Amino acid sequence: MKVRQISVFLENTSGRLAQVTKILGANSINIRALSLADTTDFGILRLIVNEPSKALTVLREAGLTVRATEVIAVEVTDQPGGLASVLQELEDKAINIEYMYAFVGKAEEKAIVIFRVEEIDRAVALLADSQVQLLPESKVYQI
Amino acid sequence: MWSPEYESMAHNRRQELQLKRLRATIERVYKHVSFYRGKMEAAGIIPDDLQSLDDLQYFPFTTKDDLRENYPFGLFATDSDEVVRIHASSGTTGKMTVVGYTKNDLGVWAEVMARSIASAGGGRHDRIQVAYGYGLFTGGLGVHYGAELIGAMVIPTSGGNTKRQLQVMQDFGVTMVACTPSYALYMAEVAAEEGIDLHSLPIKAGIFGAEPWSEPIRKRIEDQYGIKAYDIYGLSEIIGPGVAIECQEQNGLHIAEDHFLAEVIDPQTERPLPDGEKGELVFTTLTKEAFPLIRYRTKDLSLLYAEPCVCGRTVKRMHRILGRTDDMLIIRGVNVFPSQIETVLLENGDTAPHYQLVVDRIGNLDDLEVRIEVSEALFASEVRKLEELGAKIRQRIESTLGISVRVKLVEPKTIPRSEGKAQRVIDKRNLYG
Repeated sequence: MKVRQISVFLENTSGRLAQVTKILGANSINIRALSLADTTDFGILRLIVNEPSKALTVLREAGLTVRATEVIAVEVTDQPGGLASVLQELEDKAINIEYMYAFVGKAEEKAIVIFRVEEIDRAVALLADSQVQLLPESKVYQI
Repeated sequence: MWSPEYESMAHNRRQELQLKRLRATIERVYKHVSFYRGKMEAAGIIPDDLQSLDDLQYFPFTTKDDLRENYPFGLFATDSDEVVRIHASSGTTGKMTVVGYTKNDLGVWAEVMARSIASAGGGRHDRIQVAYGYGLFTGGLGVHYGAELIGAMVIPTSGGNTKRQLQVMQDFGVTMVACTPSYALYMAEVAAEEGIDLHSLPIKAGIFGAEPWSEPIRKRIEDQYGIKAYDIYGLSEIIGPGVAIECQEQNGLHIAEDHFLAEVIDPQTERPLPDGEKGELVFTTLTKEAFPLIRYRTKDLSLLYAEPCVCGRTVKRMHRILGRTDDMLIIRGVNVFPSQIETVLLENGDTAPHYQLVVDRIGNLDDLEVRIEVSEALFASEVRKLEELGAKIRQRIESTLGISVRVKLVEPKTIPRSEGKAQRVIDKRNLYG
């Protein structure tokens, strides 16, 4: 139930983000979700795309520092308190979150939130028999 | 002049003295230091081959690598019981260059340093603030004993704690200061912030060295303090500060030639160059006991002039340092080799990431930024982990170099490469201008 996220190291210089998205576009790779973490010196772009392996290859070929990172995708009821109940569940199970970000918009009264957690295999096992709905890779890439 | 009999000695008399001392030194190292004997044997030369000062050119050079290979005491020419002081400077691979002094060596050092202070107009009525670091570095203690010998009031503030330095300078009626030129500029900057008028203080001169500086920097220091700023040259291998210094004319540094014999060579062909031609400075010690050096290659670029100075000193003068033959940087008075940083980076994995050192002067202080290309092996998607990586590298570099640095993580291939080799160092300070 793990999902592959593409992480890209970017210096905080103008045009870098545009360049990455342009490379993906030129290779017909569709971005499903993204988040950008930034510090004074550098940024880390995290992407969920429809074809992670291809994205990895084309970005690497373009000379970028890029890595596949395992994350989990959680379906959250798109209503007040939806995310709170998921976070409560993670806290109860002592799963530490490194970072998280949400998918934009989309379908069926459900929102999707991506979590990067510590000890991901343990987290997946713990969440398997809980109220938290993990989405399989195939579904996430095609949303 | 502190020792006019030596400083203004007639040319031929000095040469006689030099030859006598040089022969004694060469005989002594041949007898007591297997390294020198081995080198001379390999070159097919014996001490008796030295019949004139010119013959020195047939003797082998000594390099910093030789010093490192004989770490720590392998080149000492006396029994260690005779050694009363050790100093050391940083080397290329983290191994220090270690030097030793007998009681007589310390006497010589104090003597040449006293001459230096006198050359900068100092005497027993002066109050000298020694703001060079005290410790393994030769700057602090070197100036200290020379200033004591001359009978000045020595104020050993050592480096750092700038506000206290300025308080001492004001309250103790300091008339001379000794430190690195960049620290002098930094103190002036802090003085301005604190509203201290340096021109109103009795300070009249400064002795600045341990790093290269330029004429514009001299001008700035002189304007900011209302003093005369003198360039002093020395290196721990030879003795420390006091090898050469400017006089009131500020036109070349007078070499203490009765103790140190200077040559300038072409660093490629290794042939001696005539006076007036720029090349690598090579020194031979003439009186050192514990740590004599024969034809030590300093990797400093300069040129010599033989014409006597109008000040009355007859010794040869050397031009202020014009550059280096290697990639050594001097940052805040500390020797830094790019290879030291490479060694630290190798601790993080099998291959060192590409890196670049950017040296700048921000305000009046040297700033070293270490740029490191983030490879996939180093990269993590968590900001925290990358920041920890940067901090870890920074701490390791700082503990190796002994100076603070900034670490900046950069994208791969952003450090320009030429012929497959990355340009390791960008020095924006324009030190030799």
